[in-house]
Order: sequence, then structure tokens, then C-alpha cells
Amino acid sequence: MLEVRHLSKVFFEQNDPQKPGLIALYDISLSVRRNEFVCLLGPSGCGKTTLIRIIAGLLPADRGEVLVNGNPVTSPGRDRCMVFQQFGLLPWRTVLGNVEFGLEIEGMGREERRDISRQYLELVGLKGFEDYYPHQISGGMQQRVGIARALSKKPDILLMDEPFGAVDAQTREQLQEELLKIWAKTDTTVIFVTHSIDESIYLSDRVVIMHSRPGRIKEEVAVELPRPRWEGDVKADPRFAQLRARVRESLRE
Amino acid sequence: MPGSLDERLVRELSFPRERPWSLYDHPNLIRVASVLCFLTAWEIYGRRTDPLLLTYPTAVFWAAVQLIRSGELFRQLLVSLASLSVGFGASLLLGVGLGLAAGRSRLAEALLDPHINALYATPQVALTPLLMMWFGLGFSVKVVIVFLFAFFPILINTASGVKNVSGSMVEVGRAYMASEQQLLLKVVFPAALPFIMAGVRLAVGRALVGMIVAELFTAITGLGAMLTLYGNLFETAKMFVVIIVLGLLGVGLIQATQALERRMARWKETERAVS
Repeated sequence: MLEVRHLSKVFFEQNDPQKPGLIALYDISLSVRRNEFVCLLGPSGCGKTTLIRIIAGLLPADRGEVLVNGNPVTSPGRDRCMVFQQFGLLPWRTVLGNVEFGLEIEGMGREERRDISRQYLELVGLKGFEDYYPHQISGGMQQRVGIARALSKKPDILLMDEPFGAVDAQTREQLQEELLKIWAKTDTTVIFVTHSIDESIYLSDRVVIMHSRPGRIKEEVAVELPRPRWEGDVKADPRFAQLRARVRESLRE
Repeated sequence: MPGSLDERLVRELSFPRERPWSLYDHPNLIRVASVLCFLTAWEIYGRRTDPLLLTYPTAVFWAAVQLIRSGELFRQLLVSLASLSVGFGASLLLGVGLGLAAGRSRLAEALLDPHINALYATPQVALTPLLMMWFGLGFSVKVVIVFLFAFFPILINTASGVKNVSGSMVEVGRAYMASEQQLLLKVVFPAALPFIMAGVRLAVGRALVGMIVAELFTAITGLGAMLTLYGNLFETAKMFVVIIVLGLLGVGLIQATQALERRMARWKETERAVS
């Protein structure tokens, strides 16, 4: 499905050619199966956002390559959709208008894209909020709009860059649960960037632990907790605690 | 409903709903009184002064009636408005167009930059005699002068508005595979619109100045020419009529732009009101 091969990325100081440049990513290799939920976990500055942006095609790689379904990624494509940390909503568009955006760019007709957008708004629980502007709704609701917009394009891979980083803790848990429910209904592959250990374990099939300077993959931890995870209290499961300890250990080294 | 509990508590604690009458709550009353005082003082002082130098409100009123009856005022106003609208329309089209280009592309910016800075820094009035040599004394020279006066605020505001569009917004467009044209129309332009409208508002005022400057210099037709004519005839009251019409025109145009601004940037307005 998704294959990252020996990917490296360096950032040079634009104004100062003397400086050596920052190795943001060093020799990253990763492969993700269809319908898998993978979390990229690491401290700030480990390059996880850079990695997801390269996968999205928003940033070119300097070495190595990214393959989606065997095709090399050079630019954004309709097989991948991004959910942004700061939601990335267009403030002059209504909720419905924001969800429509991706389909509108594609050139889909007005009626059709409205219908589809309404369906996805219903899926994320925002029926009745179509005509609100983003600043009139809460952060959690704004990110639901972001998710609906991404899903409306039916991507093979959903790329999520710390999507719940900017909302409060309670909303965050609620959104996590809803994301899992939505993911269970659709058959998308999810790459999810986070720096929360609990979030990564709760959500994913596999936690990819990254270290910084240079940004690289330290270890991959398979999460074999039963699904669905929103029934009962998975976080109280002793296996959850073991995984948490293991991941924390790995991050610390 | 959120209102009902509040309402009950208000009644229970018997908060007084009405405030005692206060002048402070009626600023319009104060405004009217202020204007009336001013007009009265002017009338009294004006009647005692040499009519060549100053006139008084009632004389201005009768002069206005005369100018409206003869149709002169309306005719000259139309002439002025024609050059104003053509010149302003051109500056709007070119200003927004070039501003988008300069804000979006570094190449376009570097190409346009030196010329724009040089022209903008030069007081545009200084160009007027030259323009009269090139374009004569008719309609076209007025259009060019209005254009030059209004063009720069629109261009400069558009360019800086476009440059201020946040990178993350553009990235959203790119992530959803927008072409450069779609990016411009659906992301960059709406995001920069509040900036552009602020430039348009500045430009409206300057266009009016440009119009009068052009008509004062050419002195053949239009409101500016009327000013020169009645100035030379020492008909002060008629000059005041023209000045008042210009003032009203300015207020009207700026109000209209503000209304347009509120309409087009409604999301921004409510955003500010909420936060």
C-alpha cells in the first residue's frame, strides 16, 4: 500500500550557506499495509511532520522515495488526503463549503458535491451545522469538518498530522473514539502523527517510534489490543499499561 | 432555552429594566444641536462679513436651488462622475490584477517593484501638467489622473494582502490538488479580500481628489471647473454649493465601499465580533 524507502531530508539555512544544514530525516524506511492504522510517535523536532508532509507530496524528498500502490509520490494526489493540526479550514467558507472544497477543486458538480458533503458531515456528527462559519464552532467541531473534508474524497490513505493536538483533553478522547468508529466504517489506511503515547496506543495497530537529531525510526511496536477499543475501558487493560511502559522506555533511550 | 432562567431571576431580584433618561444615551441629539449651533453662528457672522470673502448658510441654500433649477449642477456632476468611474474602474482592475501577480510571484514583484516605488513616491500632482500635454484637456486626461491617484493604494494593499495569506492556507489548497489558478481564485483572493477592500476604501478618497485636481487644472467641465469659474466670478455661495456636493459625494462613496466591505468580508467581521 504505502512504501517509504531510505528516505532522507535535509533543510539548509537559506541565508547562510556556511551552516551545515539540519538533517530532518535520515534513512527512513517504513511499509504500511492496506487498512492499517499506524501512528508516528516522537518528540517535537523528530521529523514526524516532515515525514507525513513528504508522504502527502507537499515536500520533496532529498534521498529515497515514497511509493503508494507502487507509484512514486512527487506531488499531492487524490489517493492521499491530509488532516491538518490547525484544522486548515478556510474561514470565509461555511462548514458545508469547507467540506465541499476538495470535491470542488476536482471539478465535481454543485449538487453532487453538496450531497456527498452532507453525508460526510452527518458521519462526523455535524448535521445541522452546515451554514455555520468555522469561527462560530468549537475547535473539536472544526477538526471534524477537517476530517469530513478529507474523507469526502475517499482517499486510500488518510494522513493526520497531530489532528487532535489543538483541542482540549475531553474533546480529544471523544474525537479519538469517533475516529476509530469512522475508520471501522470506511476502509482507509491511516497514518497518524502524535506525540501522545496513550493516543498512539489507543488508536493504532502499530506505533512507529521516532527519535530526533537526526530524525529516524527507532523502533516499531505492534499493538495487539482487541478491537473495537471504544467498548469497555481499554486503557485499564494491563496490556495497555505494558505497552505504555514499553513505548515510554523506547522513547527515553 | 437560555433566556427563561435569566428572565425569572431578573424578575425575582427585581432589577430595574429602565434607566433614567440621560443625554449621554442620545448622541444624535447632541450632533444635531452641534450642527445647528454652528450654522447659526456662521449665519450671524457671515451676514456681517464682506460677501466676496465669506457667505452664509441661507445664501448657500438659495445658490444651490438656483444651480439645481438651471440643471448646471447636475450636468457637471455627471461629467465628473463619468471620469471618476472610468478612471477608478481601470485602477481597480489593474490594481487588483497586478497586485495579485506581484504578491504571488517573486519574478513579477521584482519586475514591477522599481517602477511602482518610483511612481508612488512621486507626488502624482506633479505629473499633472505633463499629462495635460500628452492627453489634452478633455475626458481622457481626467481619467488618467484619477487612475494614477487611485491605482497605488489598491495595488500595494492587494500585493501585501496576498503576501500575508498564511502559508498553511496555501498548503491546504495544494494538498487538495488545486491548480495555480484555483489556488488564486479560491484561496488567495478570498483570503486577501479584507486587505484589498481596505485599499479600495483608501483609493476611493484619492480618486475623488484626483478628479478635482484634474478639473481644476483643465478647468473646462466638471465640478472642479465650476469651482474655478465661480471663484473667478467671486460667487462665493456657489463655490460652497460645489464644495458641499463634493463632501457629500465623498461621504457617500466611502459609506458605499464600507457597506461593500462588510458584505464581502462578513466572515472577518463576525470573527472580530466574537473573539
